Amino acid sequence: MATSDAIIKITSCSKHFGPVRAIDDVSFDIARGEFFSLLGASGCGKTTLLRLLAGFEQPTKGNIFIDGQGMAGVAPNHRPTNMVFQSYAIFPHLDVRRNIGYGLRDAGLSKKELDGKIDQMLELIKLPGFGSRAAHQLSGGQRQRIALARALIKRPKVLLLDEPLGALDKKLREEMQLELRALQRNVGITFVFVTHDQEEALTMSDRIAVISQGKVLQIDTPTSLYESPNCKEVAGFIGTMNFFDGTVKSMEEANAVVDAGPLGDVRTRPFAAKLPASGASITVAIRPEKINLNPSRPSASHNVIEGRMSAAAYLGDRSHYYVAVKGRNAPIAVAAQNVNAARSWLGGQDQPVWLSWREDSVILLDR
Amino acid sequence: MSTRADAGQPVEYSPSKVVEGNRYGWLFVYAVLYIAFLYVPPLFLPLFSFNDSIYVAFPIKGFTFEWYRQMAKSTGLLDALYNSLKVGAVVCLASTLFGMLAAKAMTRYTMPGKGPMASFIMLPLVVPGIILGIALLVLTNQVGLELSLFTIGVSHVLICVPFGMLVLISRLEGFDKSLEEASLDLGVNAWKTFWRVTVPLALPGIIASIMLTFLISFDEFILAFFLAGNEVTLPIYIWSQLRFPAKLPSVLALGTLILTVTMVLVAVAEWIRRRGTATTKPTAG
Repeated sequence: MATSDAIIKITSCSKHFGPVRAIDDVSFDIARGEFFSLLGASGCGKTTLLRLLAGFEQPTKGNIFIDGQGMAGVAPNHRPTNMVFQSYAIFPHLDVRRNIGYGLRDAGLSKKELDGKIDQMLELIKLPGFGSRAAHQLSGGQRQRIALARALIKRPKVLLLDEPLGALDKKLREEMQLELRALQRNVGITFVFVTHDQEEALTMSDRIAVISQGKVLQIDTPTSLYESPNCKEVAGFIGTMNFFDGTVKSMEEANAVVDAGPLGDVRTRPFAAKLPASGASITVAIRPEKINLNPSRPSASHNVIEGRMSAAAYLGDRSHYYVAVKGRNAPIAVAAQNVNAARSWLGGQDQPVWLSWREDSVILLDR
Repeated sequence: MSTRADAGQPVEYSPSKVVEGNRYGWLFVYAVLYIAFLYVPPLFLPLFSFNDSIYVAFPIKGFTFEWYRQMAKSTGLLDALYNSLKVGAVVCLASTLFGMLAAKAMTRYTMPGKGPMASFIMLPLVVPGIILGIALLVLTNQVGLELSLFTIGVSHVLICVPFGMLVLISRLEGFDKSLEEASLDLGVNAWKTFWRVTVPLALPGIIASIMLTFLISFDEFILAFFLAGNEVTLPIYIWSQLRFPAKLPSVLALGTLILTVTMVLVAVAEWIRRRGTATTKPTAG
């Protein structure tokens, strides 16, 4: 993304809580109008980063700029950001209208103007006619929408969302993911979205920052993050990944042959700019859905291995299979869409199968 | 005993019910004795306040309003009551305010020495009243302050702040801290946030603290005894009147009135508290 149009600039920012480095020397930009996700396991520092942006915490070191302005020492109420809290933080003593209009109480608007804005917001979150409801009469989904409206009515430059969908059930969550994405495009405000759910991040984001132990591992589009992770940790965190230790045998015109132990010689077509040297110890990674399952030996001369079906899980639209290979303890995960009935594979415990994959499905990572 | 109690009631032939019945029988007796121990002594007050005899003793002679009439005419008693109400009113507001500030600091800020500070504020709770009374008397003399209702009030604030703080800490811990953060985040400054979010949400606790600290001040004897000047509070007045048997029945009449008002206040406070918890607990969904 063009750094010239960055709305948020984080420059070598650290936040320490006593001896704990919640955020450890982090630098990156977020572009104007972007849907940007902070993804990581719980305790990785993603919420701390969000709270640094909101102003609830001050960085121990480094700076944060929002729309060109340094945020050091700027209180939360003076920042051009608004937040949707994980708990939604709907004021229990105020009705829906007063909750949504809370941030504009001192804006000097006439009653009519304020009512107009609140009605607009109720329309936007598809809850018209809910204005007079008391806070305790709302469902989780409604609270989430009202928290959103309450933040958006301030027209912030950046909207911060702290796992806003975590408390909703699966179906509602998936609905809200699409709705939130559409809403973001609609209002054109930069969203910074914290989540631990990689699927959610992939569905919604323009770009994702994968965070672990207070450090940013990779910032990329969902596709790049999934298809070309830059390290083992990212590859393992986003989706499922089969890893094999290997040694580079030869390297010709960006085509590598890697001796991957039980897999035999794996041929790859690395698209990364960084090419491994011959003889280097590396990790070969293959996604489960990029492995084909064959009932008999396919005709290809390489990237084929024989195994035995050790377990299978039927998930409706797709199935997950675990195939045991000689010389390797962990079975290889394979995912297949159930285009045709999947039964033939399900029945055959210990049935011999052949795995095959294309050269461009293989990812090479540093060990 | 319990089997006889069961026999009087419609019998249900379920083995588990019989076992439960036995257990409840004993617990019931225990509960009745306990409640009697708590509430029968205070009931002597209304009983003897209507008794047509100077002597507070059985048998009951007859019914009279005479002691209430005497009470209404006794200026010393009414003055003392007025003094107590005055001191109590100021003390409950001051100690609730200080308690609120302390509770806010204890629950919302991280600061060095927070633990020791909390214990320090709590100290008056564990220091014997008589020690505190003597200490304050010595201090008042040293400073050259004249003993008055003011000195009583100051000493009452000292012992009431810990109670106010405890009540309000539990209240402030009872609601989500992010509510206050949300208010700040929406552009409202810390001071307005305190009034628009913290105070309304803590209101049941504030009312409870006001009532509790008022009752503590109203009831307090030892400190008032040491620190009273010419004007006395009600407990001191009542104690001084115990020497005159003729005055005792009108004290009982006053006691009855105070008991009634207290019971009404407690009921109101409980009602407010329940309403408060009903409206601040978010419904899951």
